[in-house]
Amino acid sequence: MGKLEGKVAFITGAARGQGRSHAIRLAQEGADVIAVDLCEQIDSVAYDMATPEDLQQTVKEVEALDRRIVASRADVRDRAALDAAVRDGVAQLGRLDIVLANAGIAPMGEGSETPQAWQDVIDVNLTGVWNTVQAAVPTMIEQGDGGAIVITSSTAGLKGIGGDSPGGQGYTAAKHGVVGLMRTFANTLGQHRIRVNTVHPTGVNTPMVVNPVMEKFLAEDPSIANALSNLLPVDMIEAVDISNAILFLVSDDGRYVTGVTLPVDAGILAK
Amino acid sequence: MSGRVEGKVAFITGAARSQGRSHAVRLAQEGADIIAVDLAGPVESIQMYPPATEDDLAETVRQVEALDRRIVATKADVRDSGVLKAAVDEGVAQLGRLDIVLANAGVFEIQPALELTDDAWREMIDINLTGVWNTCKAALPHLIDSGGGAMVLTSSTAGLKGTPNTIHYTAAKHGVVGIMRTLANEFAQHSIRVNTVHPTGVDTVMIQNPKTWGLFNPEDPSPSREAAAPVFQSTNALPVPWVEPVDISNAILFLVSDEARYITGVTLPVDAGYTVK
Repeated sequence: MGKLEGKVAFITGAARGQGRSHAIRLAQEGADVIAVDLCEQIDSVAYDMATPEDLQQTVKEVEALDRRIVASRADVRDRAALDAAVRDGVAQLGRLDIVLANAGIAPMGEGSETPQAWQDVIDVNLTGVWNTVQAAVPTMIEQGDGGAIVITSSTAGLKGIGGDSPGGQGYTAAKHGVVGLMRTFANTLGQHRIRVNTVHPTGVNTPMVVNPVMEKFLAEDPSIANALSNLLPVDMIEAVDISNAILFLVSDDGRYVTGVTLPVDAGILAK
Repeated sequence: MSGRVEGKVAFITGAARSQGRSHAVRLAQEGADIIAVDLAGPVESIQMYPPATEDDLAETVRQVEALDRRIVATKADVRDSGVLKAAVDEGVAQLGRLDIVLANAGVFEIQPALELTDDAWREMIDINLTGVWNTCKAALPHLIDSGGGAMVLTSSTAGLKGTPNTIHYTAAKHGVVGIMRTLANEFAQHSIRVNTVHPTGVDTVMIQNPKTWGLFNPEDPSPSREAAAPVFQSTNALPVPWVEPVDISNAILFLVSDEARYITGVTLPVDAGYTVK
């Protein structure tokens, strides 16, 4: 029997990368999934963002595990769209237990020098997380069965790394900002037995990190590349490593873990 | 189905009862063999709850063996690095290797700072801080031989926050974080991961005693578990007074398993939201 049998998880940014990995890992443990993704480009982001085909692939992989998934294209900047996605998903899957605020962008390097890049990353990575939690929490409170929320921050949510462009500064500010959100929500939602934690990945082997734009950015600024080098002898970690940490946090194994910033970072923050 | 730590060997201090026994049993359930040590006897300055006994340690042995896992148990004091080294070496000789280290042994006592005797301070630091280092020192050569491993040091919410009336305990538990961070850096090259866990109150004899109940309820002339519970609960963000030993075991199991293969240098509270509140 899976660790999440009978539970329903709402996951943003689920089309590919970490989001898809979370959807699959949670489905392997018995959860059904409500998945959203923007599935289109944002102008200040120079690398290719996810596509509708990517989201379709997530659907296929969850269904191959005999779990149900309700997927839709939705922008985390659009509260009404998230409300509709949650409403729809809960109508079809019956409940909501887990929220993974995973959607995010990394406008660094090319295209990130404009004030718009700052605005976009704050809108998606900070306000988008707030929208996600706000859209999901009323259902969880109403159910009265508690729940678990994990917000995906970054090593840049605990340390000043990200570079000196407006996009990079916004990334670091937003990833720090979600720690504040997590801590506030952990206190206000504790009475409802809703737990709230953050995970802080180092570089993960996904299209957001492994792409020509990011490679050029890191090659041109050795100080950042150095700040991103791990303590353990591993260059890059895999999406499933973040999924496994999240699975611990949202399962009953983590039933009394709340208000925690959990690095999954091969030791970067301890250096 | 294969366990999450199948084929591994774990060295656990303070394994006679409570959290230590729970860790031994939980890891054995997931396939690990155990090297267990415990003082199994009294400590002079610890008066508010009874010490673990040799019978307690024998019960841990019985429970691990009932799971068809092997266990090598020794009565040993974490303050004595020679005895500790001998216990680990003997365990490794019998069980073949070492992969996991849980520096769990510790004591707790309540005393207003200015009433604490020099001896009580020294005894606490010797057990809860130096004992952790002795444990790591005895085990690290074996982990290097194994080509890597995972250590979890049991700190406390008092390892992250100042808590009145426990100056010696709080100092030692903060110090454990320093040991963890240094070892995480020094031994990462050997693929050895080192983390701490930070429990809130755990439902064991260490907090379930009249003196601790009284600390939480100073006005109560006859302190009790029932009367103390709501006061304990008010210190946590989640509506629970304390957590169970298995909750710490489950966090440790995650940290030492391959699921956390890239987690090191981390302070992980298992505290029902005590430190965030």
